[in-house]
Amino acid sequence: MSQDYAEAGQLDSRLPPIFERYRYEARYLVQILREVQDALGHLPAAALSAVARALCLPRARVEGVAGFYSFFHLTPVGRYRVLFSDNITDRMLGSGELIDRLCNKLWVERGKVSEDRLVSVDTTSCTGMCDQGPALLVNGRPLTRMSAERIDRISELIRKQAPLSDWPREYFLIEDNIRRYDELLGRQWPNGEALKAAVARGREAMLAEMKLSNLRGRGGAGFTTHIKWESARRAPCAGEAPARYVVCNADEGEPGTFKDRVLLSSYADLLFDGISIAGFTIGATLGLVYLRGEYAYLLPALNENLARRRRDGLLGTRVLGEDDFNFDIEIHLGVGAYVCGEETALLESLEGKRGVPRIRPPFPATEGYLGQPTVVNNVETLCKAALIAVNGGAWFAGLGTKQSTGTKLLSISGDVETPGIYEYPFGVSVAQVLNDCGAGNAQAVQVSGPSGTCLAMHEFSRRIAFEDVPTAGAFMVFGEHRDMFEVARNFAHFFAHESCGFCTPCRVGTSLVANCMDKIASGQGSQHDINEIFKIHRLLHAASHCGLGQSACNPLFDTLNKFRPAYERRLRSLAFKPAFDLDQALASARQMTGRDDPAAHFGLAAGLPGVEA
Amino acid sequence: MNAAVESRKLRVATTSLAGCFGCHMSFLDIDERLFELLEHVEFDRSPLTDIKHCGPCDIGLIEGGICNAENVHVLREFRHNCKVLIALGACSVNGGLPAQRNHLDLGQCLQEVYLTGPGIVGRQIPNDPELPLPLDKVHPIHEIVRVDYFIPGCPPSGEAIWKFLSDLLAGRTPRLGHPLLHFD
Repeated sequence: MSQDYAEAGQLDSRLPPIFERYRYEARYLVQILREVQDALGHLPAAALSAVARALCLPRARVEGVAGFYSFFHLTPVGRYRVLFSDNITDRMLGSGELIDRLCNKLWVERGKVSEDRLVSVDTTSCTGMCDQGPALLVNGRPLTRMSAERIDRISELIRKQAPLSDWPREYFLIEDNIRRYDELLGRQWPNGEALKAAVARGREAMLAEMKLSNLRGRGGAGFTTHIKWESARRAPCAGEAPARYVVCNADEGEPGTFKDRVLLSSYADLLFDGISIAGFTIGATLGLVYLRGEYAYLLPALNENLARRRRDGLLGTRVLGEDDFNFDIEIHLGVGAYVCGEETALLESLEGKRGVPRIRPPFPATEGYLGQPTVVNNVETLCKAALIAVNGGAWFAGLGTKQSTGTKLLSISGDVETPGIYEYPFGVSVAQVLNDCGAGNAQAVQVSGPSGTCLAMHEFSRRIAFEDVPTAGAFMVFGEHRDMFEVARNFAHFFAHESCGFCTPCRVGTSLVANCMDKIASGQGSQHDINEIFKIHRLLHAASHCGLGQSACNPLFDTLNKFRPAYERRLRSLAFKPAFDLDQALASARQMTGRDDPAAHFGLAAGLPGVEA
Repeated sequence: MNAAVESRKLRVATTSLAGCFGCHMSFLDIDERLFELLEHVEFDRSPLTDIKHCGPCDIGLIEGGICNAENVHVLREFRHNCKVLIALGACSVNGGLPAQRNHLDLGQCLQEVYLTGPGIVGRQIPNDPELPLPLDKVHPIHEIVRVDYFIPGCPPSGEAIWKFLSDLLAGRTPRLGHPLLHFD
């Protein structure tokens, strides 16, 4: 009890400053909970009650949000919380052995907090460091290029309880690894240059340039950007606080994608220019960046950049001296939920709710953040918009292909000599990319992450473009020695973990698929299980609420079609087999009854009347 | 050839495994339509005929989940003989009520029931070879064999069973509409 009282006292003193910073506004619930957790280590029940009271929200709403995001903890966590990135590329670099090694060194079981509350070791979805893995997060901070030596050293540091600031700095080194420069990456973009160009053009002209450029969204869906901008600009603002918003989707969660990380760390000026240009063009007053929790380490530099922009008159009231251009940018941090990369789930999260996708229409362009007209664009899209402001739409349309104008950043990882960021004009062939990154013996490429397309060798002549193979940027290469079944199984578990749980087809279906894959992996599979996967694929595609469920079986469907022997060689028989050993299921009863007669076994009972083996 | 298919009566087998016979009682709720059914089908192994072993059949209806070795043998016999195997009712589809024991350890259960519990005479775990051994967990039937169709409900109504069978007999893929799947 005394501890509870002490905790209650702590709450009274430590929480109000957080509430005040967010003006007691419920839409900041996710941000408030994040800061409360930073202050207290986890989110105890009393803190959730205090937050609910302060924000005048039902307790259930607060608990619902706290329970949704995987980086919120309702129970105490270890002082060192180690999360290994569990993307297939990390596994290919040996993360599995490293996890076991660290667990052994620290005497902890994977997924459990050690008894002295010192440390926990677990896995998390892809952290966006595929080009410099195996990667992990310690208390939210990313560490890259793990090796057995580094893991041994880390276990010593944890046992000595050394603060993270005393850990070797090279462990935290995150490189951009830009390997191919084109129009975007190829030059320095001074702060405000693009924004000044856009303001000089004026709103109408800027929109006309966007139309001329035919820029399409770089986050995966490929929607034409100027149509979004124009709809949001035209849509009426309504309600008590009429406004327009620009939202930058920096929730780069698709496994194998890390291009936004590089743009955010080395091209932030260009990005903020792009957000401001969108704001200027549609008449918005606020831009919101939704930064994935895994990239929280970028936050101080980004906030510093924003402060500098305010000093330089690039943000705030009367930006660049324009009378009717008041615009600022806020950064929100995500808390570990892949589904929040879906634009409407992202808006829900920005509004301080569970990240459950909305039903569309209405689309965000007319009813987005807080019900107001909102443009939601990917980081790369907004950077491209800034380029268009400088060089014009016609110039942009001259790059790439007819329906896929401009360049595309690819995040290349896996079995290649030089993983990293490659910028290509759209239309480049997969074979060309493979050649440039030194993929000697590739048997497959997973383009655009698990929800994208798996290409086999005979398809390497296909081109990266919306006309052929669309992509959000991920480009994971698998050499001949890789087992494509294990690749698909990793993706199946990823989707089962990241399903938001709102709709039954996705919540249940993704788990059924993961179970099917585990059954096949354990050597108990049959043709029946493969048929089941196809059946669930069709069901998920037709009945899921959002793209997560609809695309969850894509990697299985592709690999089953293109690498079927990888599945079939694991099957136990063509007829159905149970997932478990039936005879073993009688072992406990055999032991208790002391029986060992033929009827007490399955294999031996074959000779009994009316009984089959 | 069509005539040959239609003139022959379909053979149907039914059984109750780890169930309560409630689904069979519900089956009888089709009442006088049972006569109509008998114009199209004849029963093989079933509580209605008391035939002990199932021969080649067109349709097998399984009530109940799988809780012991005998259940496994019967289920395999049905799967081997029936062209179409149907899981009938909640226990068969999901394990149902008997599967409530799955969070308990079987050994401890047997120990408490036959050895250490209050008021026990004899104190021995039954070990007659005639008795089927219980499995450590209760399983829905689709975890043991391939299953073609599922009729949910505890029990499924006579109406649902009738609709399902008449669809099958007429050569339509069975479909229970929302009203027959609506339980609250």
